[in-house]
Amino acid sequence: MSLVVVLACVAALLIASVLGAATARTRAGTPLVYGVSLAACGVALVAALAQLLSNEAAPTLVLPLALPWLGAHFRIDVLAAFFLVVVDLGGGAASLYALGYGVHEEAPQRVLPFYPAFLAGMNLVVIADDAFTFLLCWEFMSLTSWALVMAHHRDADNRRAGFIYLVMASFGTFALMLAFGLLAGPAGGYAFEVMRAGQHGPLIAALVLTLALLGAGSKAGLVPLHVWLPLAHPAAPSHVSALMSGVMTKVAVYGFIRIVLDLLGVPSWWASMAVLAIAGITTVMGVLYALMQHDLKRLLAYHTVENIGIVFIGVGLAMGFKANAMPLAAALAFTAALFHVFNHSLFKSLLFFGAGSVLTATGECDMENLGGLIHRMPYAAFAFLVGCAAISALPPLNGFVSEWLTFQAILLSPAVAQWGLKMLVPGVGALLALSAALAAACFVKAYGVTFLGRPRSPAAETATETDRFSLTAMFGLAALCLLAGILPGFVIDALAPVSQALIGSRMPIQASDPWLSIVPIAASRSSYDGLLVFVFIGLASLIVAWTIHRFASRAFRRSAAWDCGTPDPSPLTQYTAASFAQPIRRVYGTLVFRAHERVDMPLPGDARPAALRVSLRDLAWDWCYAPIEGSIATTAGRLNQLQFLTIRKYLSLVFALLVVLLLVLTIWL
Amino acid sequence: MALIHDLAVQFAQMLVVLMLAPGLVGLVRKVKARLTRRRGASVVQPYRDLSRLIRKEVVLAENASWLFRVAPYLIFAATWVAAALVPTFATGLEFSWSADLIAIIALLASARFFLALAGMDVGTAFGGIGSSREVMIASLAEPAMLMIVFTLALIAGSTQLSTIAAFMNSPAVGLSVSLGLALVALVIVAVAENGRIPVDNPATHLELTMVHEAMVLEYSGRHLALIELAAALKLLLYTSLIACIFAPWDIAGPEAGLATIAIGAAAYVIKLAIGGALLAVFETAITKMRVFRVPQFIGAALMLGLLGTLLRFVSGGF
Repeated sequence: MSLVVVLACVAALLIASVLGAATARTRAGTPLVYGVSLAACGVALVAALAQLLSNEAAPTLVLPLALPWLGAHFRIDVLAAFFLVVVDLGGGAASLYALGYGVHEEAPQRVLPFYPAFLAGMNLVVIADDAFTFLLCWEFMSLTSWALVMAHHRDADNRRAGFIYLVMASFGTFALMLAFGLLAGPAGGYAFEVMRAGQHGPLIAALVLTLALLGAGSKAGLVPLHVWLPLAHPAAPSHVSALMSGVMTKVAVYGFIRIVLDLLGVPSWWASMAVLAIAGITTVMGVLYALMQHDLKRLLAYHTVENIGIVFIGVGLAMGFKANAMPLAAALAFTAALFHVFNHSLFKSLLFFGAGSVLTATGECDMENLGGLIHRMPYAAFAFLVGCAAISALPPLNGFVSEWLTFQAILLSPAVAQWGLKMLVPGVGALLALSAALAAACFVKAYGVTFLGRPRSPAAETATETDRFSLTAMFGLAALCLLAGILPGFVIDALAPVSQALIGSRMPIQASDPWLSIVPIAASRSSYDGLLVFVFIGLASLIVAWTIHRFASRAFRRSAAWDCGTPDPSPLTQYTAASFAQPIRRVYGTLVFRAHERVDMPLPGDARPAALRVSLRDLAWDWCYAPIEGSIATTAGRLNQLQFLTIRKYLSLVFALLVVLLLVLTIWL
Repeated sequence: MALIHDLAVQFAQMLVVLMLAPGLVGLVRKVKARLTRRRGASVVQPYRDLSRLIRKEVVLAENASWLFRVAPYLIFAATWVAAALVPTFATGLEFSWSADLIAIIALLASARFFLALAGMDVGTAFGGIGSSREVMIASLAEPAMLMIVFTLALIAGSTQLSTIAAFMNSPAVGLSVSLGLALVALVIVAVAENGRIPVDNPATHLELTMVHEAMVLEYSGRHLALIELAAALKLLLYTSLIACIFAPWDIAGPEAGLATIAIGAAAYVIKLAIGGALLAVFETAITKMRVFRVPQFIGAALMLGLLGTLLRFVSGGF
């Protein structure tokens, strides 16, 4: 039943896409497309939730589409149901937001036809049950999102982002195709069922893991495959950025989990080491990159890289525990990863919505030109603050719970048998701890420079509050962030069937714990109660505020800022995004980014302004992509000469080739 | 009966930390003054300062937003909740299970998050300098603290502070290398987190060296009082943390009688006094570091914590 509903919603989305193309230039186009998308996502969300919570058998369906001898298989098992919830919740929120935000779109004909198609593509990837359908939908999702990235194609940066995205997406799909080919084996069983039943040798397993890391990892944004992500995600309109960062990366995580934990069978411990090492590096690199940015949307996009790293740490730990036959620990780590998937889709969408509101209100996403927006956009600023606190893993919000669970999983890992894992996991734990603190720094910067302080440009000074639809979407997500943070037990219980299906074990039932606390292993070992912490903080601040206001003083008066007695009227003297990150850049950047500061101080009598120039290098680009780019350019340059030969030389080339081929044939046969 | 007992202990603890925190600050100041051959203000001076500040009117900068006015309450509440969950004189806290040591660290991180934001709110250069340095210091101190928590959790088999304290008080714990590393690291982190010399100077009015003081520069009246009290609570929290992990003697266990609790309370006050005096001696003996030397100092704590964790991972014996 739920499968039919979801497929119907997908069909509705595809129809909306056609409608969007037809009505894009009319005023009705925007509300029509986003309204239909919102409704379709809402229905699909309900169906997916029902499937996830009902414990019913997974519905399957074979449609006579695609390859005639294979058909298109669809199935919603619990894993798919969970990711459907993530996709449709994010999609619904983005559609609601876009009902308001989309009105400001300059080129709706470039957004409206592709937006519902993109949503449909993500839904289809998750419910696909054979390799062909999966790859087809995956590519469909990539291409529609590429079209959305290119919506504002007159900007040269966006064109470059689109090109790099297209190259990386094709590369990723290619890797996944090879992975499925290996899983299908010579018999060519492309249905997931057949693959799941098959036995795979260690060589095949290693190759499939590598290809899955390349294919799904490039879409998710694992370092060093992340380079396209911070370019492409911010280039799209903000609600699409939210979808790409908050939801599409989760579809990539789904692809990885599906291939490695479901189709490939029991993982080996070295596989988990590979995943953990890459994930640990991704986590810290992502947040350090984010700290160096001064474009709000790009900062958020880089920060997605960090969160994907946290998710993959959980997945890697689950693989390691499963390989070591530690069912409880594996369930804990896997649940932590899924919980973080859910959390990140909430707060990253929220933050991108906030960035979009800022963009609409001021026309700027460069933080160096913003400031003081908390006065002009109080509601949007509040929702954005909740998102910032949640993503910085602050209790009692949801980001903290998933990181806490990951830490608890790490603390269980001394019991693994392999020395490699024993040495690696503490390091990964340290990287995770480092990234948690850096994330808080990053969002103090993002919020402080954008929303606090004094406006740095006339645009920031005259900004107005964003529209109702956008605010509703943002406050809805903020409320979910709080709810998931104070009632994490229910989320963990909802995730239990997923971990039961994939890992073979589940976390203990949490809903029956006293005071709605969560207890991953045993009460004497560790427990956390978000609700109580929330109530305590609320009560403590209320008691104090009441006591002071009642018995001491409630007088206040406005005056000029004190600033040690010498306030400067110019807002330029405030800390900027670059200056805020300077201490951190000096501590970490010299190593990670080869950061270099050059002070240009004119001599006395010289009227030039002094200047401070900072150069940062992206080592992932320098080490991985620049050589590839360079070698392609060199090869192409060499081969280019072939185009300017005389007819005689062409004939001799053809003759030489013929001889070589004949020689090869003779030797071969 | 047990519930009432634990609840009573919990509420007593909440009041005790609140009452003792300014005293600890006063004591440190007094000892520092004596060590530098000054007479110094009385130990109760911080209480007087607070009561004066609370009654004064607040002067808000024109550009200050609602966040600036709400932040002191949030900072204070988060710190108070955190301090109320660290065993001081008794381990049988009713709500100790609601937040383990990792959550306590995260609560302090919440307080810092809002303090750093408040520093940015008015839009002055000093607030920015303080916030920017604070998050840089925290970006090293927090992971170092988590590594210490890992080490302790692996030794005691729990991240629950009551359990850790009970374990450290039991004969099961022996001398171990990783515990020693954790102690050194914890002291460094405590010094850094509380903005004490050599990382920051709580008494400074030299703008270029200040971190915490720069962030709270625009605060006045009751807001400033709350922030000062939160800072004092944080100092008390770290002192209690070190005491309950590395000097857990005479802490009253769960279900303890009144006499045991009285002994525990007396022992706790003595431990606090010793801790405060040691801090004062340490601060007097050392000079303030340049800001960019601080990462090396805290980085050492991070490495020690990581080493301790690694030792526990590869062998249970160290």
